[in-house]
Amino acid sequence: MRTLDQTVEEILTLAAAHFKVPRAGLTPDDDFFKTLRIDSLQALELLTRLECHFGVELPDYEMQGVTDFRTLAERIQARL
Amino acid sequence: MLDLSQYNSLGAALRDALERWRDETCLIEADRERENGRLTYRRFKEAALPLARWLQANGFMPGDRAAIIMTNQSKWLVSAYAIFYCGGVLVPLDYKLSAREHIELLAHSQAQVLITEHHLWRAIQQSGNFRDLPARTVLVTEVPADAGLADAKRWEECKDSGEPEFITRARSDWACIVYSSGTGGRPKGCVLTHENYLEQCVSLTAWFPFWPGVRYLSILPTNHAIDFMVGFIGPFVCGATVVHLRSLRPEFVRDAFPRYKITYVTLVPLILKNLEKGLRARFEALPAGHRKFLNGLIGINRFFARQRPRLWLSRILLRQIHRAFGGELRAVFVGGAFMDPATLQFFFDLGIPVANAYGLTEAGTAVTVNDFNPFRADTVGRPLPGMEVKIVNPAADGVGQVAVRSKTVMSHYLDDPELTSEAIVDGWLMTGDLGRVDPSGHLQLFGRAKNMIVTEGGKNVYPEDIENAFDGLNVKELCVFAANYVWPQRTLGGEELIVVLHAESGQEIQADLLADLNARNRRLPDFKRVRGWVRWDEEFPRTASMKIKRNVLAEALRSKLDRQTAVTEL
Repeated sequence: MRTLDQTVEEILTLAAAHFKVPRAGLTPDDDFFKTLRIDSLQALELLTRLECHFGVELPDYEMQGVTDFRTLAERIQARL
Repeated sequence: MLDLSQYNSLGAALRDALERWRDETCLIEADRERENGRLTYRRFKEAALPLARWLQANGFMPGDRAAIIMTNQSKWLVSAYAIFYCGGVLVPLDYKLSAREHIELLAHSQAQVLITEHHLWRAIQQSGNFRDLPARTVLVTEVPADAGLADAKRWEECKDSGEPEFITRARSDWACIVYSSGTGGRPKGCVLTHENYLEQCVSLTAWFPFWPGVRYLSILPTNHAIDFMVGFIGPFVCGATVVHLRSLRPEFVRDAFPRYKITYVTLVPLILKNLEKGLRARFEALPAGHRKFLNGLIGINRFFARQRPRLWLSRILLRQIHRAFGGELRAVFVGGAFMDPATLQFFFDLGIPVANAYGLTEAGTAVTVNDFNPFRADTVGRPLPGMEVKIVNPAADGVGQVAVRSKTVMSHYLDDPELTSEAIVDGWLMTGDLGRVDPSGHLQLFGRAKNMIVTEGGKNVYPEDIENAFDGLNVKELCVFAANYVWPQRTLGGEELIVVLHAESGQEIQADLLADLNARNRRLPDFKRVRGWVRWDEEFPRTASMKIKRNVLAEALRSKLDRQTAVTEL
């Protein structure tokens, strides 16, 4: 079972790879819309990528109001 | 299609539609690759009437208000029909608002009944202003088996046997209260009558007909005036089918076109641009020879479609592209925000006509739509049948405020006669948008005369609604503006919010102040965030009741500051 910190780390690594940004430039409390320079549709694309990686299914509404990696990790962690 | 001139209410028209098209499919609900289910019109009726009966048995009276806060799904429409059947007034709310905002609008609308989904209800119950909730009856769907609901009821269990009483309504009676914006500031609850909707339906279907076999893909939230019309009332009175997707990820939306052979869809500019981006990337990945060949076919298609779309030809010439869209797409509606003409032209050249439209909830949705005769990427089309459009106080170049007169224009703003009298003057709805009607009757838009923005996602944002997010910030006073209102652009692009900061005398705008501003900004949904700040060292002009005179302040900012240098990005 992953810890929350591990989940956060994996999300940061996947997000960096998916949007082709340096991993070192991302921190758990970043506003991912701003740091990754993405819109809401691209955020949903990231969610699909994360679902495949973690093997969970997240309803779209789980992303509502989520803007930072740590909260996203908490939502995923709750379903692992 | 039913002859809507024979009907006085949405409930009566829908009741006959369910009988007339009883064996046709009215709803398909899909979740990712899975199909949740289909309903015929007969089954729809069988689902709705026991709910109507239950509502009546539980004290829901004609004229009572019932709110729906749900994602797009079959139960949304089933519930709405049950409310109309009982003679109720529907209050459709945007599920994407926060729980606090939901409660504020529920309180403003005085909805006695609330129908919602479990995750939304959970958030509402946890909201700090929960005690303001006016609804005495709450129906919740998608409740996990082990979840407690306290006084709320499970939607699925709210059924009573026996025939409910159908309540007749007059054309002038209220059908819906639709919020075009406003929570923190001044809620704008547009009261729309049955006549407003029936007339709008006649107008829209005159240009874009539905019939049994047509499939409309419902992506925009159903509470949105346009989807309520073209994703519910329009298709239903014509026996067509509405497809709902429970997940709106781009990949599932793309898959839905071929899977369900979609005929019409309404998109916001953001999604259309996303589709364009995907297609362009695929074109660029083609080998050079293929690409050249494709460009040649697109050129031929463009030539033959210069007067009007020739869908049959486009489907032959550009078969693979059309196959990806299901092969039966007749039009994509887009509206609600600025749409780049290059994107519209891109799709039209592929034989996918995008009907760029202009409308507002206050006008009962669409006012003008591009009719493709011929296609124009630079306008928002011509007025629909029954719509009168005029330009008020035009400047020398013909640009002035767009005003609309029609049987579709709302009755009034709920409980706000002052706002109503500003919006409707001598029977004309003053839209607050700047436009010009060209010699061919097409409306061109040139920006806004009002202090608001419309996002690419089609959301109206009024600056005063978000100011309370910055209450307590360590400045003397602050004011949020639409940047294009302060510095008019004569375009609808570049819409963003800015905050004007007036520091305490002698204070600088320090890093810790900006950090606080940023932190508060981040707590807002993305579309409500301010994008920059402006330093201002003078007292804000105020009324006797201490309200900021926004127009006077905007004028002062405009005359003394230049947008490029004054606005610092956040």
